[in-house]
Amino acid sequence: MSNLIKIDNGIAAVANDEWTLVQLPAVQVEERKQAGKVVLFKLTGENAVTEEQIANTVIPATGKIIVPLSVFVERNNELTSRITQGEVGVWLATHELIEYLIQQQHDLNALPIIAVFVERFADGRIFSLGTLLRTRYGYKNELRAFGDVLRDQLFFLKRSGFTSYIIRKDRSAQDAIASLNDFSKPYQGAVDEPRPVFKRYNRGA
Amino acid sequence: MYKYDEIDQQIVDERVAQYRDQVRRYLAGELTEDEFRPLRLQNGLYIQRHAPMLRIAVPYGMLSSRQLRKLGDIAKKYDKGYGHFSTRQNLQLNWPKLEDTPDILAELATVEMHAIQTSGNCIRNITTDQFVGIAPDEVIDPRAMAEIIRQWSTFHPEFALLPRKFKIAVSGTKQDRAIVQMHDIGLEFYRDANNKVAIKVWVGGGLGRTPMLGSVIREHLDWQHALTYCEAIIRVYNLHGRRDNMYKARIKILTKALGINEFRNQVEAEWTHLKDNANTISEAELARVAKHFEAMPYETLPAHDAGFDAAIAGNPAFTAWVKRCVHPHKQAGYRAVTLSLKPHGSAPGDITSEQMWAVADLADEYSFGELRSSHEQNLILADVKLSNLFALWEKARANGLATPNIGLLTDIICCPGGDFCSLANAKSIPIAKAIQQQFDDLDYLHDIGDIELNISGCMNACGHHHVGHIGILGVDKDGSEWYQVTIGGKQGNDASIGTVIGPAFSADEMPGVVQKLIEVYIKERTPEERFIDTVRRIGVPPFKAHVYAKTESAKKEIAA
Repeated sequence: MSNLIKIDNGIAAVANDEWTLVQLPAVQVEERKQAGKVVLFKLTGENAVTEEQIANTVIPATGKIIVPLSVFVERNNELTSRITQGEVGVWLATHELIEYLIQQQHDLNALPIIAVFVERFADGRIFSLGTLLRTRYGYKNELRAFGDVLRDQLFFLKRSGFTSYIIRKDRSAQDAIASLNDFSKPYQGAVDEPRPVFKRYNRGA
Repeated sequence: MYKYDEIDQQIVDERVAQYRDQVRRYLAGELTEDEFRPLRLQNGLYIQRHAPMLRIAVPYGMLSSRQLRKLGDIAKKYDKGYGHFSTRQNLQLNWPKLEDTPDILAELATVEMHAIQTSGNCIRNITTDQFVGIAPDEVIDPRAMAEIIRQWSTFHPEFALLPRKFKIAVSGTKQDRAIVQMHDIGLEFYRDANNKVAIKVWVGGGLGRTPMLGSVIREHLDWQHALTYCEAIIRVYNLHGRRDNMYKARIKILTKALGINEFRNQVEAEWTHLKDNANTISEAELARVAKHFEAMPYETLPAHDAGFDAAIAGNPAFTAWVKRCVHPHKQAGYRAVTLSLKPHGSAPGDITSEQMWAVADLADEYSFGELRSSHEQNLILADVKLSNLFALWEKARANGLATPNIGLLTDIICCPGGDFCSLANAKSIPIAKAIQQQFDDLDYLHDIGDIELNISGCMNACGHHHVGHIGILGVDKDGSEWYQVTIGGKQGNDASIGTVIGPAFSADEMPGVVQKLIEVYIKERTPEERFIDTVRRIGVPPFKAHVYAKTESAKKEIAA
């Protein structure tokens, strides 16, 4: 069973995934230690992808693909016609900068999907990235979260502009759907409902 | 104080349901320990040494008698019959069962309370001055804004998982009592040249292992923009704050690394996109919330009361209490009263269920049914008639709540420490108790005068040791507990961070060390000087010399 939850016309349901995720080839990651603690997060803006990884990334010849941001930028000429046909999406990690994507692709709405990879549940940068893509850069198409995505992030992801979610594969997507509706009347304005509660309701005096 | 409408109530009720299901999934093995941790923390639940600890939010320190009564009931039913007021004005239960916590939250929801975001890497409870709304030096009552910020920060989707905890304080007084310079964001309300309400915005302050005073990021912000400006600050922090090392993850590290000017540039650039968006606060919303904080229905009273004057003349114990525990009030004929949760020889900030019920009764009888908690870990009845002070004192005394030590050496700020907290390096409560016993002479305490002694069991600094006139920090050296002493820290407008006087001491030595610090002060002080003034005038060396002098010779004796 698919682990993709998609919101279409306001209705969330488990759906089949028509996109193939293109991954960078794995490299030996150097374990960095600081103050005795293993470094678990990459820092914002850090360049973490090597030329070699980009060159060695296998791009399927046909079908709809979501490619890593670095591959999208560095090997864009290989993708041009497929981008025009709407067969190419981009994914970025939470430490990568949206500005890097914008430099390559001014019109984000030429991309049918943008996905954000969250390596660890606790990494809340994904919420700011979603918010910026929707509000600052006017992105309107599918915005997907994948990686360490569990049901207790879903409400926040939805409010930050994400419309599809791949639940981590050891958990049930069907069960997770309920959490999209954990709260019915959130206080503050956000992407999915820009008006705060005091502008939506007459709260009397 | 603020009363929930259906929308507020629905949010806390839905939170209870959400949390109940999270606990169910955890107990059923559907959530691992690691996955459950951020969820329970955002609901104030720690797993401690002996049992879980549940931290209940007291927004900006305001409580109704009904709420306090319920807290007393909950402590009785689910805990060992007592609670602990923390240095962030919240109430902690030290012995609840994990399985009971959903029911505790459900009971709290019936009195418009919750434990939302009392821990975890998110925006925490908003704090302020315990004399808010009644202090004579108050320019603006910031409670309505604090409530608006509370609502905005509750489940803010973009800031649900920040690099680290995030604390906001608000203040509207001439003399700062909310320590705005020691918070991730401090909002200092004032009236500008056009007599309009404006905010001076501080950022990047904090205690912890790298104590830092905040910097002013904006001198003047119209109040309407408080939320969007905070969004700009926290967005820059959320995206760029360090996440690779939890000890370098607070916003103060980012502001320091970038420099306040560069940080300000980034925030202002972000704000150009957010300014005037829908989260801009409307006049109508401020007016709606402010209605909940209108002045109490005070009687018109003379400034003096003959009965009160007679009691003062005839009762030295009452006089001593009035001197330390009664505070000025905006309204003629009224006073604010601090009920001391620091009786000598008990854990600072602890209160039994019976005391909670008694305080609730006192609030109903004498103070319009409301009270406040302070970051000094005491309770305050804010609106007591002068003519009622004597009767109140007798009842408070009967309940062990009238120790006349507010602002004195034994009014110790103290974290739960190694007796309860799994983060702590050392115990802190026994140190507080030992010091209270050493100085268990009220005349001597009054002679020493105003002084703040703060104890933290580890460098996370929940006991605010950096800003204590005397600060004590528990440290771990080769598996045993030691205590490092700082002097010269201070909260307030002229805040400062204390200086370490030298090598750490064992627990047994601590009362003697404090005694020696006080001896230097008594010897060196001018008639008007408080302890902190003497430290600032003569510096650390004389204190250091006296404290270590005898220790050195004692050690030599032992060695010889």
